[in-house]
Amino acid sequence: MTALSTATDAGLVARCRDGDDDAWEELVRRFSRYVLAIAQQAYRLSPADAEDVFQEVFARTYERLGDLRNDEAVRPWIAQLTRRLCIDRIRAGTREAADPEALEAGVDDSLDQLDEALSVQEAMLAMPDNCRDILDRFFRRDESYAVIGTALGLPSGTIASRISRCLGKLRDQLEGREHARPPS
Amino acid sequence: MPVPRHEYEMYDEERIGALLRAMPQAPEAWVLTAARLPATRRAIEQIAALAGADATFRSQTLEDLEGALARAGLEASPALVEHLRDRL
Repeated sequence: MTALSTATDAGLVARCRDGDDDAWEELVRRFSRYVLAIAQQAYRLSPADAEDVFQEVFARTYERLGDLRNDEAVRPWIAQLTRRLCIDRIRAGTREAADPEALEAGVDDSLDQLDEALSVQEAMLAMPDNCRDILDRFFRRDESYAVIGTALGLPSGTIASRISRCLGKLRDQLEGREHARPPS
Repeated sequence: MPVPRHEYEMYDEERIGALLRAMPQAPEAWVLTAARLPATRRAIEQIAALAGADATFRSQTLEDLEGALARAGLEASPALVEHLRDRL
């Protein structure tokens, strides 16, 4: 795990603004799943449209990072930019004017869930490498116990208990964050 | 699919698992294209600067934008071609 991967969003934005290419790559990696999920899950864009929106979001983020008033707000800023570009894309593909309310139906609920998923992703960064790896393999890559066991050189019979132990650590991390969060 | 939320436990294993699955990885090629944006933009600015100083180079570049990008080691995507045209 690099120092950049544990940097705060605000710290990352500041380094990007100073021209740090590594920080920019970390910012892209940190928000890439989020941007894609908004495009594909919340707005149900096709893969081709989602790719265009994905690249446009990061191009505009790169160009306009200097306009961001509060570096800590980069996550909602990227979310809002992605939403706007998704709506533009849908409208561009629709002959009749699309109803804005219809376009946004259910999107807020999807975004709430994706925000929470992003918080889980951030909590994962604070986990030990072995836990991050095993949780990633099982939940995100859908690898079986046998495949994980072979890849990590572990008996497959121990994988379930390791996953459970790592989930417990992740839960502690998440609930610690919840408790540490100031009341809004 | 909505992620189940249980009041008695904010983050039970089922819920964490569902949240981990909620955001699949973006294709690595997309991520790399976005991650290389600073280097790409610098290369475009170099071409634009040369074009600003040399009218012949500028017209040759405008005639073959894809070739100019390729010579700079860049993949000539439609968006990048358009960006270079704008810069010239």
